[in-house]
Parts: sequence; C-alpha cells; structure tokens
Amino acid sequence: MKKSYFVTCTLCPMGCRIEVVVEDGKILEIKGNECKKGEKYAIDEFSNPCRILTTTVRIQGGLLPKLPVRSTEPIPKKLIPSGVKEVKKAKVKAPVNYGDVILRNIFNLGVDIVSSRDLEKENKEKKNG
Amino acid sequence: MHEVDVVVIGGGPAGMAAAISAYESGIEDVWLLERDYWVGGILPQCIHDGFGNFVFGEMLTGSEYAQRYINKLRETGVKVRPNTMVLKIDQNREITAVNPSDGLIEVKAKTIILSMGCRERTRYQVLIPGSRPAGIYTAGVIQRYINIEGLMPGKKVVILGSGDVGMIMARRLTLEGAKVKGVYEITKTPGGLTRNVVQCLEDYNIPLHLSHTITNITGRYRVEGVTVAEVDSELRPIKETERYVPCDTVVLSVGLIPENELSKMAGVEIEEKTKGPTVDEQMQTSVPGIFACGNVVNVYDLVDDVSESAERAGKGVAASIGGKLERRKTPIRVKTGRNVNYIVPQIIRNKNLNESTRFYFRVKETEKSVGVVVSANGDKLLEKRERIVRPPEMVRINVPPDTLDKIKGDELTIDVEERKK
Ligand SMILES: Cc1cc2nc3c(=O)[nH]c(=O)nc-3n(C[C@H](O)[C@H](O)[C@H](O)COP(=O)(O)OP(=O)(O)OC[C@H]3O[C@@H](n4cnc5c(N)ncnc54)[C@H](O)[C@@H]3O)c2cc1C
Ligand code: SF4
Repeated sequence: MKKSYFVTCTLCPMGCRIEVVVEDGKILEIKGNECKKGEKYAIDEFSNPCRILTTTVRIQGGLLPKLPVRSTEPIPKKLIPSGVKEVKKAKVKAPVNYGDVILRNIFNLGVDIVSSRDLEKENKEKKNG
Repeated sequence: MHEVDVVVIGGGPAGMAAAISAYESGIEDVWLLERDYWVGGILPQCIHDGFGNFVFGEMLTGSEYAQRYINKLRETGVKVRPNTMVLKIDQNREITAVNPSDGLIEVKAKTIILSMGCRERTRYQVLIPGSRPAGIYTAGVIQRYINIEGLMPGKKVVILGSGDVGMIMARRLTLEGAKVKGVYEITKTPGGLTRNVVQCLEDYNIPLHLSHTITNITGRYRVEGVTVAEVDSELRPIKETERYVPCDTVVLSVGLIPENELSKMAGVEIEEKTKGPTVDEQMQTSVPGIFACGNVVNVYDLVDDVSESAERAGKGVAASIGGKLERRKTPIRVKTGRNVNYIVPQIIRNKNLNESTRFYFRVKETEKSVGVVVSANGDKLLEKRERIVRPPEMVRINVPPDTLDKIKGDELTIDVEERKK
C-alpha cells in the first residue's frame, strides 16, 4: 500500500513541505521540493533523522549548579529523550574545560558527550573574562 | 576620573566581539563593563545548537560560541570588569558605573560602544487580562532557571507566542519532563525560524495553534489554567471559540526590545521601527564617539550577525580614534522601498571605505521569487535574487565601497521587487 509522509525542509527559508511517497518501506517518489538539496534532506529525514543532543548535567563544586553538554555528532532523533536521561546519570566534578568528555561512546554510537564550556570551581574570587 | 580610549558597555557576544576587534585594530586601552558575574550575555543559557554557522562554519551551541569568544578575549589586553553595572552616560561620554569592589567608578571615554542587548517583552506589554498568580514567566527567564540554575518552573505548561526562544523552551521543558500543552500564536504564521518549528515542536508533537491567543489567566496563588481563543483577521478573539486549558505555568515568548535607557540618557537618536539607535556604516550613532552594535541596535536573528556588527563597531572606533575616517560632503540616507520594513544601517557618513557595507533588512510580507534592488537617484546599483523573503528572517545585502562612493545624491533605496518567472 502506498503511503505519504511529509517532511519540512529546513535547509533554507523556503521551508518546502516535501512529500515522500513510500510503498513497503521503499521510497517511490519525492515531491514538493523546490530544489535538489531538498531531495537528500527528505530522504535523510525520512530514513534516519538525526539531531545534536544538547542538555545539562549536575556538576559538583562548580561555580554554577549545571554544566551544558552536547554530542560531538548528531545522533538518531528517536534516541534523544533516552539520551538526555542517560547523560543525567553522569557524575561530574568541577573544574571542567570546554570539550572535556563527560560520557564516552553513548549507546555505542561512536559519539561522545562533551562539555560546552569551561566551568571553574566555586569560589569567592572575582571571575575575570 | 579614569580616562579610557574605548569603553564597551555590556559583555554579551556583541560587546566581546567589539572589544576584541577594537583591540586587534590597534587600540590597547579597552574596557569591557558587564553587570553580570560572567561575560557571554544571553549565550551561556542557550545550550542548544544553532550558533556560529557563518562565523565558525560549524553548528555550535550558544555556550560554545560564547566560550570561543571568551578564549579570544583572554588573549587580548582588554580589561574585563564583571559585576559592573553602568548607571549613566552623558553627551560628553562620561560614564558612571558601580561594582562591589570599587564602589562608584567614573570614566571619561574617548569612545563608547553600546552593546547592552535586549530584554524580553512582559505580560504587561501584551496586556493579557486575568488574575496575577505565580507561574507566569518569560521564556528567557525559564531558560536561565533550567539551564543555569537547574530549577524547573512547572509541570504543565502553556506557551504564548511562537518566537524562537519560546519554541526552544517548549522542547527543553519536554525533555526535562514537563508537559507542554501547546504553543499559541496570535498571527497566522510562526514568529520564529522554520527550523525551530520542525526541530522543537514537530519533533516532540507539541501542537502549534496559529491565530490563537490567551484571553484569560486563572488561579489564585498559582496558575490553574488559561482560556484560549481563536482570533479573527483583525486579531480580535472570537468569543465562541474560547476554551479552557488547565496548566500550572504560562510562558511568554512575545518578542524582544532593545535595551536603550543608557543610549537615551546620552542623547542618542532612537529609530521608531528598530527601537535601537540610528547607526551609520561604522555603527556610529547620532552622538559623535558613541557607537552601538548587536541586539541593542536591532534584534538580529543570528548571533553571527551580532558578531559581524560588533566587529564593524570595533574597527569603527579604531578608525575614528586614528582620525582615519573620510566624511562625505553629504551623508546618504538609507530609505525603505517596496516591501521593506526597516534597514540597518540607516545612514552612510563616510567614503573610501575599505570593505563592503552589509545592509540588514526585514520585509513587511512574505513574498516568493523576488529581486532585492539597491538604487540611488533612480539608478539601479545592485540586484540580488532571493527565492523567498519572510518577516522573521532578515535579508542581507553587501554593497561594495566603490558603489557607495559613486552615489552623488543623499539617498539610497532598497526595494524588494517581484520577478517574473
Ligand atoms: C533563547 C534564545 C535563543 C536564541 N537562539 C539563537 C540561535 O539558535 N542561533 C543564533 O544565532 N542566535 C540565537 N539567539 C540570539 C543570540 O543569543 C543573540 O543574538 C545574542 O545573544 C545578542 O548579543 P548581544 O551581545 O547583543 O546581547 P546580549 O547577549 O543580551 O548581551 C548584553 C549584555 O549586556 C549586559 N548589560 C546590559 N545593560 C548593562 C549595563 N547597564 N551595565 C553593564 N552591563 C549591561 C547584559 O548583562 C548582557 O550580558 C537566541 C537568543 C535567545 C534569547
Ligand atoms: S527544498 Fe530546497 S528550496 Fe525547498 S526548503 Fe529545502 S533547500 Fe530550500
């Protein structure tokens, strides 16, 4: 049976609504995209949509209670909610530098979760720059 | 009284980039004053990705983008003073500020760069009726609570307005375990970028109700619910469509306004449309020696554009201190033409510039297949095609120096023209 899925292309402000026509898991047709780039986008979005995971983790002894983190590469979209939960379990102690690995190889995807900033230890001193 | 060559007010991405650029252009005596206890402005709380595509050619998170500038700032001799709130500036560029360690600070600046950013519109500026319970926040405030302080503002949330910040927080709240019941937008189109509609709302099945608004907020101590309604073409709520949505939190994402109290004190002319200072191609305001950049000038969509405007301001102060600017006999006024709402910069004061001037503008209405036309005295100087122009997305066009120098009169116009297919 033929089925249509709709994907909104976000590569440019046109925001084309692209129709992906599928039968038995196979893509038959792609329509509604104003340019070629949209075709690849629609295929990726249909078959394996990926996003960068961004969230925060608690940090012990830090100047601030939360440390922002990200995945080094995009990961499958459907793994984002469980990924956010997984990352929360990480134990992190200040100080941390930008780029430090917080969680290695999440879900065996070959992708690390790294710190998005420097976060120094809590102290009374003034912070300069 | 201290005497300083360049004082930058506000340490967000604009202030940091402006200070770095002034320093790198040869001015060693640069101060950066920031009221918060760290620099970075709004960025450290923007933990999501979507920053730096143009400046760094990568998709960074806001925190990373700020960190990269903080690292650059450390390599310069810019004197950063956090915890320092600027209270006053006058026409003579005398600045009054306070901080806990020095008390009152008075500075006479050769030049000032204003980079105070913007603040969020609040409930009182959009006039929602109802009681005044706890649980009503602006989107930026809950962003700071969740991402910096680690506090959750509520469990069942309704969002008013589909600005980018609101949509980003809809996703963030969902991932942190709250239930976002819907985003209600009074106009017919989303207020933010398509990317955010897709990645923040559609990805998480959060309903977006266009042409809807909140007509009442109920609750005695804490929000208990809101009444929502569809609006007609004049944006008036339609009584028969009213329905009640229980919730404990209301988040407002109803726009940003440049923070220009200090600019006004200094006598800087403010534009009606942008709510920011009138600036020239160097980002100099109507008061000589006072420059402005970033969201204090106009709410830019992308931080990359904020950094670009700041870099220009930094070079501008250096050129002005070095006496390197060559004035035109008559300045060129930049006029809005067909389907153009406003343009930044609004005036061209100098000639023989060594780089192109980038004009940023917003259109009034969405239009497909158009030409952006720059003209002066009826002569077409430049044309650029755009597949689509939409009010939420700024349009950019670069005009080379020799093109500007050719202009004899005192006007330049930007029009958006229909193109025949
Ligand atoms: C929630 C949210 C999401 C965003 N998402 C994106 C995105 O995905 N991609 C993107 O490119 N951009 C995004 N942006 C936009 C980007 O963050 C802004 O363009 C940028 O932060 C503006 O920089 P600024 O330096 O002009 O202002 P700000 O970052 O607001 O900095 C202004 C600074 O001035 C200081 N200040 C103000 N008054 C005084 C005073 N009197 N004395 C001393 N200091 C003062 C303030 O404390 C602040 O630190 C987002 C913005 C928000 C709020
Ligand atoms: S399909 Fe092409 S034109 Fe349409 S939104 Fe995507 S990139 Fe833009």
